Amino acid sequence: MTTTSPPTTTPLPVPQRVRDLVARVTGDEKHDPSAHSTLDAVWTLYDQVLRVDPDAPDDPDRDRFLLSKGHGPASTYAVLAEKGFFPASWLDDVASWGSRLGHHPDRTLVPGIEIGSGSLGHGLPIAVGLALGLRDRSPARVVVLVGDAELDEGSNAEAIQVAGRFGLGNLTCVVVDNHSDGLGWPGGIAARFDLEGWSCAEVRHHDHPRLAAALRRTEPDRPTVVVVDTTAADPTREVAA
Amino acid sequence: MTTQATGARSLDLRTRFYEEIDPLLDAFPDVDVVLAVIGSGYLSRAIERHPGRVIDVGIREQALIGVAGGLALAGRRPIVHTFASFLVERPYEQVKLDLGHQDVGAVLVSAGASYDVSAGGRTHQAPADVALISALPGWTVHVPGHADEVAEILHREAEGTGRVYVRLSGQRNSRPHPVDGRLHLMRDGARETPVVLAVGPMLDTVLEATADLPVRVAWTATPHPLDADGLRALAGPTPVLAVVEPYLEGTSAAAVAAALADRPSRVLHVGVPRDAELRRYGTPRDHAAAHGLDPAGIRGPVKELLG
Repeated sequence: MTTTSPPTTTPLPVPQRVRDLVARVTGDEKHDPSAHSTLDAVWTLYDQVLRVDPDAPDDPDRDRFLLSKGHGPASTYAVLAEKGFFPASWLDDVASWGSRLGHHPDRTLVPGIEIGSGSLGHGLPIAVGLALGLRDRSPARVVVLVGDAELDEGSNAEAIQVAGRFGLGNLTCVVVDNHSDGLGWPGGIAARFDLEGWSCAEVRHHDHPRLAAALRRTEPDRPTVVVVDTTAADPTREVAA
Repeated sequence: MTTQATGARSLDLRTRFYEEIDPLLDAFPDVDVVLAVIGSGYLSRAIERHPGRVIDVGIREQALIGVAGGLALAGRRPIVHTFASFLVERPYEQVKLDLGHQDVGAVLVSAGASYDVSAGGRTHQAPADVALISALPGWTVHVPGHADEVAEILHREAEGTGRVYVRLSGQRNSRPHPVDGRLHLMRDGARETPVVLAVGPMLDTVLEATADLPVRVAWTATPHPLDADGLRALAGPTPVLAVVEPYLEGTSAAAVAAALADRPSRVLHVGVPRDAELRRYGTPRDHAAAHGLDPAGIRGPVKELLG
């Protein structure tokens, strides 16, 4: 099966051209940080980790990326366009009547989008079912991205427990932690997964080598969580004037 | 229909559903069963013979539907089961989004019906289940009235890909009837005499309630989508019709009105009343009587309709 990029490439920061694609969605040349909170993780996944092919978006053995935090799809749209899943021109009229791209993505409208999302707390339970259905039948991995505030939804707690008890080694949850959760997570986010038997990693979003390594790592008998802290300053980027 | 491996076949709808799981898993390699504890204790044979294909997520009904949606996205055919209140009402947004919005299918099989768990009180009763499911696009609702119908529906739908709700009840009819999605005339009469349409397990009760009344009795196990052509053909140019459903009254009113929009009609809807919560325990028979769904309760309004 074809990969979009060989996994041996040295991880690099998100290229400026991809950031420019995000800006075409958000219409914000200053790169609003909230639109970018998922960009490092999504770019690293598609550039370094996932085995997906824009020419075969329905390959039954493709890796699955599920954007559960569907209210922030700009970076995912930009990365999918960069990787050739659909034309970059689609990014210029998001959420218009004629557009296939909305403020929340619809899997039936967009090549490469694996689930329709937007209402929080649906991606991780769906990912658990997808991982169960693919386990022992396909080499595919299932990677689901959630936000730290999204974890408020109790459906995630159910899914974290089920995935842990069933030992879903083909499942990875990426928690993009921009510390937006109103009530906070005393003891940390990873601890919630660790208690349920997940393999846990905590990385900073701009540390691309470590991020890529954490996203590549799986364990055969347990699911993996990668908590990505997006609030640390990025030394590789200059602040826009 | 495939044959049962061992033993006599149960006449109880819910028990028959459990009996059919093992042969279903044999016959359809894409089928998985998803449970939230309820039913697990009845499926030891299937669990033993089909490792990994009966998935019990514990008492986690959001995950129950979410997992089913994920399985369907992986190309599996999930059969999902628990009591109606926990299958439809508690995870309703999951039913809407994790199945419907993802454009995937599943076979949801509920037990408990409207008031089978009469002694359990309101927490275990869900008379609005069919109304809720019918409000979402792309669903087929089967309300079988006999265990053989349950088996036939399950084997047919296990082979399909659609979104299907199968409602099992403790109430049942003495004989099975065709479950082909159509309306069937069960007791004929003079042309254009009023029609009483019984849904699923209400048939025997309706036949008893109207035994000496000048009505024809029709029946379907599939109220949604309603067999509109069959209803129009049966009802004639000026229909007088009573619809008797074992769940929320008027659940099929919109579909009936749409089917008869081109002709003057008088239609009575009988079902579980929607205006008050019955805060009593007792037996399902007690509840049927309280809701006007026993023979006497049905007979009264039908006679009024006849004038």
